[in-house]
Amino acid sequence: MAGVAVSTTINGDTVEFLCQADETLLDVLRDRLGLTGAKEGCGTGDCGACSVILDDRLVCSCLVLGAETEGRRVETIEGMAHGDRLHPLQQKFLEHAALQCGICTPGFLIAAKDLLAKNPDPTEEEIRFGLAGNLCRCTGYDKIVRAVQDAAIVMKGA
Amino acid sequence: MNFDPRFSGRKFTSVGTRPIRPDGIDKVTGRARYGADFNMAGQLVGRILRSPHAHARIVKIDTSKAEKLAGVKAVITAADLPDLTDGDAAMYDVLDNCMARTKALYDGHAVAAVAAVDARTARQALKLIEVEYELLPHVTDVDEAAKHTAPLINDTIFTEGLEEKPVKPSNVTKRSQFGHGDVHQGFGHADFIVERSFKTEQTHQGYIEPHACVANFSSDGTADLWVCTQGHFVYRQHCAQLLGMEASKLRVTSSEIGGGFGGKTHVWAEPVALALSRKAGRPVKLVMTRDEVFRASGPTSATSIDVKIGARKDGTITAAEATLRYSCGPYAGSWAEIGAMTAFACYKLDNVKTVGYEVLVNRPKTAAYRAPSAPMAAFAVESAVDELAKKIGMDPVDFRIRNAAQEGTRSSYGPVYGPIGIGPTLEAVKSHPHMKAPLGKNQGRGMACGFWFNFGGQTCTDLNIGMDGSVSLAVGTVDVGGSRASLSLVAAEELGIDYAQVKAIVADTSSLGYNDMTDGSRGTFSSSMATISAARNAIKILRERAAQMWDIAVDDVVWEKGHAIAKGEKHGNLGKLSLKEIAVESGKTGGPIAGHSELVADGAGVSFATHICDIEVDPETGATRVLRYTVVQDAGKAVHPTYVEGQYQGGAAQGIGWALNEEYIYGKDGRLQNPGFLDYRIPVCSDLPMIDTQILEIPNPNHPYGVRGVGETSIVPPLAAIANAVSNAAGVRMTHIPMSPPRILAAIEAVREWSK
Amino acid sequence: MVEVTLWGSLAATAGGNSKVEIEAKDIRELFRKLAEQYPGLEPWIDQGIAVAIDGTIYRDTWSKKLPEGAEIFLLPRLAGG
Ligand code: FES
Ligand code: FES
Repeated sequence: MAGVAVSTTINGDTVEFLCQADETLLDVLRDRLGLTGAKEGCGTGDCGACSVILDDRLVCSCLVLGAETEGRRVETIEGMAHGDRLHPLQQKFLEHAALQCGICTPGFLIAAKDLLAKNPDPTEEEIRFGLAGNLCRCTGYDKIVRAVQDAAIVMKGA
Repeated sequence: MNFDPRFSGRKFTSVGTRPIRPDGIDKVTGRARYGADFNMAGQLVGRILRSPHAHARIVKIDTSKAEKLAGVKAVITAADLPDLTDGDAAMYDVLDNCMARTKALYDGHAVAAVAAVDARTARQALKLIEVEYELLPHVTDVDEAAKHTAPLINDTIFTEGLEEKPVKPSNVTKRSQFGHGDVHQGFGHADFIVERSFKTEQTHQGYIEPHACVANFSSDGTADLWVCTQGHFVYRQHCAQLLGMEASKLRVTSSEIGGGFGGKTHVWAEPVALALSRKAGRPVKLVMTRDEVFRASGPTSATSIDVKIGARKDGTITAAEATLRYSCGPYAGSWAEIGAMTAFACYKLDNVKTVGYEVLVNRPKTAAYRAPSAPMAAFAVESAVDELAKKIGMDPVDFRIRNAAQEGTRSSYGPVYGPIGIGPTLEAVKSHPHMKAPLGKNQGRGMACGFWFNFGGQTCTDLNIGMDGSVSLAVGTVDVGGSRASLSLVAAEELGIDYAQVKAIVADTSSLGYNDMTDGSRGTFSSSMATISAARNAIKILRERAAQMWDIAVDDVVWEKGHAIAKGEKHGNLGKLSLKEIAVESGKTGGPIAGHSELVADGAGVSFATHICDIEVDPETGATRVLRYTVVQDAGKAVHPTYVEGQYQGGAAQGIGWALNEEYIYGKDGRLQNPGFLDYRIPVCSDLPMIDTQILEIPNPNHPYGVRGVGETSIVPPLAAIANAVSNAAGVRMTHIPMSPPRILAAIEAVREWSK
Repeated sequence: MVEVTLWGSLAATAGGNSKVEIEAKDIRELFRKLAEQYPGLEPWIDQGIAVAIDGTIYRDTWSKKLPEGAEIFLLPRLAGG
């Protein structure tokens, strides 16, 4: 099967790649571009481990085709820190130990970033519902919610 | 090896603080490499063909069409993994589970595998493999399978542990029994007796990272395996044995692990990946899909449990008895045995008897799941205990306090307890503000206790001191949730240096001696013991080197707060030497400075927890909501309290999912109906409240810092705590887990019907 | 001489005795003598047995001493998560 040539922007950089028409964005990121920060927990849109932001919208990259990103903007976990300066969410996740195994962490950070971009001052309930598309099996979510609350405070102050 | 593991009651500087973990930055930036994040040049994609049938004889497998497909580099069946287990029955089961030999024993059982240049070709190749099955009758329910009339899963199995060897084969592989005293007499003295039967459905550990590995078998007979595992040394042994290799020729590197909870203690796909790589002569990457994880890795047992407990009017339990049936999948296991040991472990009982039956079913091979077998037994026992307290008219906490095991109590599984924490957790719960908080309409509060053994085992660490005074610590237990941080704290504590000076890594199987599986909550307990021992060995050398630098006798040098100090009047003017100052000179004083430790960490302390939970039940729909949750648990000593809290919260959340939602659903055809996160629903963020924790520290006398295991106990009480809360909220006693809305509604309607 | 208690299922294999007296100074000798005196126990010992000495569970420590008068309890080997 012939490949599709795609030109897109990933974390601010122009990226060109060839992919199969039925190949997911997650597979493209991980297998073709070496961006393995997004994880595959299910491949069916149920776990959120593969979360990325596509043109300001939070999506499961396992449900998006690589070819669909033509001319669009993709943000992944690899683009979240500025050089060696962590994003406040990343910093707060570390401080609160909001990760145990950490496999869900890239997805949560991306989802939380999207949440705070849309709602800079969320209540606990808004955080819980906002992150309900991301599964974590290790933490019971307590420390994740606290880290997001704390990051929101820092980001408002900034 | 004259290491003294006894608790010393010291004051801590580093242990008990909450620094940021050393692997943290990589994990928040997406750089950490998990099982599926590793690639090798020229690597192929491996895929496994699985039986769609619950029970079938494999008549013929024709792989010729698949082999001819362009891009396919290897196709294997059981013939490529010949039986080299040499009479080791347990390993034979592992082999048969990795690749079915004569029969497919469950929906999802591997029957063949391919390696191809890409995923698409591999998928196509699977479709071209022709398998001829002869269907056999199947059984998936634990009670059905235990009946004489049930289809036999393995006709060479005769129940073990009976007084006389049975004449007929059976799906019940073993009977085990524990207890002491005379329950018959004990029940005779009871004023009140509660007797009930309970069922729990099968659940999965539900780690978010599917099993993944990259195998690279070289033509010189050596191999490398990159894999997410809880025990790379054990994986090495198992894979080497199944592939007929010497263990030292197989180097296993454990990747970052995306959750395990017991589920990554068994090999499934790894021997297959190695066999594919051997045949294809190229590296092979094999990653399970989520569907495969559910159908073909190891969930926990489904159970059916009968409990009978009797007590006098004054609240003293006079006798307790339980019969426990646990499903094992199609291979023998010892799951009911553990259930039988743990069931009544919280209580001081003169007369107790538990009997466990291991039952084969056509479901995937059961694997350990966090305090394996204990949550189900605790659900049954703690539900009955609550009911009994009600019957007597006693407060459920007081009733438990009255009967709680103490130091010196003979445990229900045999030995006499040392210092233990069940009483203190109950007292803490009794005075916890949560117990006094008001409840609204349709809301109820429940509590329950739980017990787990905790393990020790073979452990090995290397502690190397660099010339700049920094310390690298290589450990062999896998870091499943922050143990590199805890072990760095322990090394810093023992050496008397700063946490930031220590860097801990998990070493591969060729760099360090053998380590047992990271299971049974043993990671921090065992590796901290080995780290303390390694640090003490290093200190011995540091003192020798300092003595050389000063040119005095080593006996005059002591180690205090990270420094060598010359003691005695005559050395009054020598000052002190820091670890760094000694390290800088090490090239001249005898070469690199290191401490090693190889030991069997024995004496892991048992641990207890008591949980409180508030639930709201909607009487119209049976839907539930967890309003508030509190965990009180003994940690012995919390090395890094934040990660201890995390273990408590995570275990509670898994228990809540198990109690309310999660279950394997099999159709009449013996196929799993819900092998995905959409239909096998684990708790999400909006399902849960904050989970409060209270850490108690009752030191384990067999560890220098008093550490017990902390990872597992927290999943034991939730099933019962929630069942008791539902009972108090809705007036119905739920005996079947999960308490899904339809089950609760049915129970509520049955009561309404009955009271009309 | 130490008195060793066997858990329920094991007692059946040792001719119904739940307590046996053995002259043994450490775990290794205990296993050897148990297997000699009660051949039915041998497969269990091979599969792995844990020994609780005064309530502390030991798995593989052959050299572990059995103090005079200590409470010795045999238990099955366990799996964990
Ligand atoms: S992998 Fe995309 S949602 Fe799970
Ligand atoms: S930290 Fe392990 S799944 Fe979230």
